[in-house]
Amino acid sequence: MSGARERILASVRHSLQRDEPLAESIAAGLEARLTEPRPNALPALAEEGLAACFTTKLTAAGGRVSRAADVVQLAILISAHLSEFQCGRQLLVAPDPWLNSVPWSNELSVERRAATGDDRVSVAMAFAGIAETGTAVLLSSPDNPTTLNFLPEDHIVVLPETRLVRYLEDAWARLRAEFDEMPRTVNLISGPSKTADVEQTLQVGAHGPRRLHVVLVRDA
Amino acid sequence: MKSTAHDFKARARRALGDAALRRAMAKAEGGFVAKRQAAVAALPEWKELCAAAREIKEHTLQNLDFYLERFERQCEARGGHVHWAETPAEARAIVVEICRAAGARRITKGKSMVGEEIAINGALEEAGFEVLETDLGEYIIQLAKEPPSHIIAPAVHKTKDQITELFHAHHAKLGLTERVTEVPAIVNEARTVLRKGFLAADVGITGANFVIAETGSTVIVTNEGNGDLTNTLPRVHIVTTGIDKVVPTLEDANSLLRVLARSATGQEMSCYTTFSTGPRRAADRDGPEEFHVVLIDNGRSRMLGNEFRPMLRCIRCGACMNHCPVYQAVGGHAYGWVYVGPMGSVLTPLMVGLDEARDLPNACTLNGRCQEMCPMGIPLPELLRDLRTRVFEEGLDPPRARLALRLWAYLARRPNLYRWATELGVATLGWLGRRRGRFASLPLAGGWTRARDLPAPAGETFQSAWMRSRGDAR
Amino acid sequence: MTDPVPTPTRPRVALLITCLVDTMRPGIGFAAVKLLEAAGCEVEVPTPQTCCGQPAYNSGDAADARALARRMIEIFDGYDYVVAPSGSCGGMLKEHYPKLFAADAQWSERARALAARTHELMSFLVDVRGFEQVPGVRFEARATYHDSCAGLREMGVREQPRRLLASVSGLRIEEMKDRGVCCGFGGTFCVKYPAISERLVSDKVACACGTGADTLLGGDLGCLMNIAGRAQREGRELHVYHAAEVLAGMAAEVAPIGEARASVAPAPKPAA
Repeated sequence: MSGARERILASVRHSLQRDEPLAESIAAGLEARLTEPRPNALPALAEEGLAACFTTKLTAAGGRVSRAADVVQLAILISAHLSEFQCGRQLLVAPDPWLNSVPWSNELSVERRAATGDDRVSVAMAFAGIAETGTAVLLSSPDNPTTLNFLPEDHIVVLPETRLVRYLEDAWARLRAEFDEMPRTVNLISGPSKTADVEQTLQVGAHGPRRLHVVLVRDA
Repeated sequence: MKSTAHDFKARARRALGDAALRRAMAKAEGGFVAKRQAAVAALPEWKELCAAAREIKEHTLQNLDFYLERFERQCEARGGHVHWAETPAEARAIVVEICRAAGARRITKGKSMVGEEIAINGALEEAGFEVLETDLGEYIIQLAKEPPSHIIAPAVHKTKDQITELFHAHHAKLGLTERVTEVPAIVNEARTVLRKGFLAADVGITGANFVIAETGSTVIVTNEGNGDLTNTLPRVHIVTTGIDKVVPTLEDANSLLRVLARSATGQEMSCYTTFSTGPRRAADRDGPEEFHVVLIDNGRSRMLGNEFRPMLRCIRCGACMNHCPVYQAVGGHAYGWVYVGPMGSVLTPLMVGLDEARDLPNACTLNGRCQEMCPMGIPLPELLRDLRTRVFEEGLDPPRARLALRLWAYLARRPNLYRWATELGVATLGWLGRRRGRFASLPLAGGWTRARDLPAPAGETFQSAWMRSRGDAR
Repeated sequence: MTDPVPTPTRPRVALLITCLVDTMRPGIGFAAVKLLEAAGCEVEVPTPQTCCGQPAYNSGDAADARALARRMIEIFDGYDYVVAPSGSCGGMLKEHYPKLFAADAQWSERARALAARTHELMSFLVDVRGFEQVPGVRFEARATYHDSCAGLREMGVREQPRRLLASVSGLRIEEMKDRGVCCGFGGTFCVKYPAISERLVSDKVACACGTGADTLLGGDLGCLMNIAGRAQREGRELHVYHAAEVLAGMAAEVAPIGEARASVAPAPKPAA
């Protein structure tokens, strides 16, 4: 298939009226653009306060946002969610070490692994939360398997308030600072799954989770 | 997908008589148009963001070879495989081979317009694989054995009742015998049926809204979650995408995402925007073992060098078709290929041939609403006119129309002859139509009078009346 | 749309009569002259003008379009302004002549110079001449207004006709649903794709009549003939005029488009 590669690149260069690859000076400029990425134009945030903005946006998109002072309150809120939506007593929790200190209710049977088609509800750890759009940023890793975000009916996301940022650009900056490379998957999740494919009628709960519940935790 | 664009007129006429289609399209138009308008109105910086997005695309296209090579390098550094395909046939062969090598049987698909462009489903089925479309709209048309009629909402032409019947006919054998008539139940049934498919798949194929040179990532923008189940659960993830989808950095992708979601569905962000980079990492507990990206040219590199380059800025938001009165009247199937509405009328002739798709650039009033709504500022009416110019230069237009136009131009270059001919013409018609003031029918004017009366002219041209009045005054 | 140069006190304006107005409804031309004179202009109608070349241009015949464009550029040379009672023909000169000659150094400059001086009638009156009210005109009607696509998107014509019409006593304008959606004329489109055009124009007529209006006004004769013809075919009561005819106080004396007793408006006495 390398034949096609060369032909395509040659056709591209020919169209750009260049027979050779880019001149050194231009390539250097493009390199700089890649290695020092900068945000482009950014819109103003809808409101003041990262948590407030995040909450307004995600709620408008059909997600639920609650606030917990600490891991104890977090555990209580999660138990309440399971009762409210009759999720049963099995809870799939991401193996993320941050979640080790959560005092899960004794009534719950907690497992720490990737998800299967039988899991009803999962608890995952967010890497960041974006105030601009009410978006939770989740990175795949052994501690946070991606399947937790899509297979269960109820998806609960734990987001320490210190991880709230204004823009998606800020989340990328953090990712570059904290990791050497991209994970397999970065999920930007801004609501429960939905579709409008039937007569433009909005219906929540297409193939992904029917409910998205983000818990902002103050003392992390 | 095999083109039936040459059949546009007949299909359009049939579509105009289809009452169910009319109902479905009216709903769609109301939805998309109103939502986009609300999203744009809520964003004071809209024009600025569009300008930034446009600049990013222009910059990328101007350096496309650099960014494609960088994408390839980064993707492969993360354990991905990048394949290059000049033609749909090459692309099909690559995808089939990947599936064969993986020992696959069942394949799930997230929505991919490029997948339709290269007609991948047929090739996979012919090679013995089972293919399941998972986007709800795509699933519906897969059941109906129809092509998509809109690039964002492939089943926009279907009414709820039609979907109920489709599900009833096809799901009975799965043990679901009850007719589901309400939207929640319809969606729920699709969820149940497709969930099994997701879990059983060996290969998942998605498209990409963008591919990022900086990181070697591919991006999908969805609401249903099907794209994510498709790219996470199977052993192999294949991305089919055009070479025009590359953007330089993650920040650049953000800028494009901001205008894409608003233009397409009126959302600020879709529910799921996912960046995939390589296969699962060694210690990951889930994710595909193989990650393949198939970069497809199919004429894009040629467009880069001619007057159609602006079309490569397209981010596939669908705003142009949502605001096009012709598309709204005839629906997507009339266009006879993957890409529909204004953007389809530009791309289809360029990809399947000018002679085959000759009607598409002509079936346009050049009203310009598409360009007005396009976040990337693509001069669609101008490109359509450029296609008409090519058709004319190649002599592909109907000889009678050509003759009539040349005759008019001949007259218009000779003012005395022009005035004589027009004075005679309007005097005749004015006299003939003096009683009613209009004609219900008139020889040679059948195209007009089929649908409306033709106002009769006054009987004298302005020029001659003007010259007369100046003469009187002296 | 306002001219960057200060406007001359009594500018020489060339009327671009347009082939449709010339042949089908010359009264619009006389109305335009009357309005321009009332706005303090000296109006001339260059005799050699024929067609601006738009049909050829839109059909892909760039060569014929250029030939006709070169004629027009020469014919309209030397005037302070060129004004057309049409967004479509005005747009051809303003937007498209420069594009036609983009690759031709000599004609490109001339095309741009002409484009800079070219205006649609009503936007010219309001934006350039500051002429916003027609004194002493009465036209009793419940009307709606149709914006032509070219006028709207190529010539920036939207508020100006409404401002002028607001000064006509007895006239009420109701805005219709789906303003800004094409009426289906599109030049040769309406005869090449009559079935689609029929759908678009019948939707437009429904929107117009849906306002409760019995009169429709607009700035482009092609659109107006299309809408009038369809309304009459459907047996609807919708009287269609060019806005200039109403503004010039001539509408009452002449039959609406496509209705009987159509006659050339009496040639007005030329200005002293």
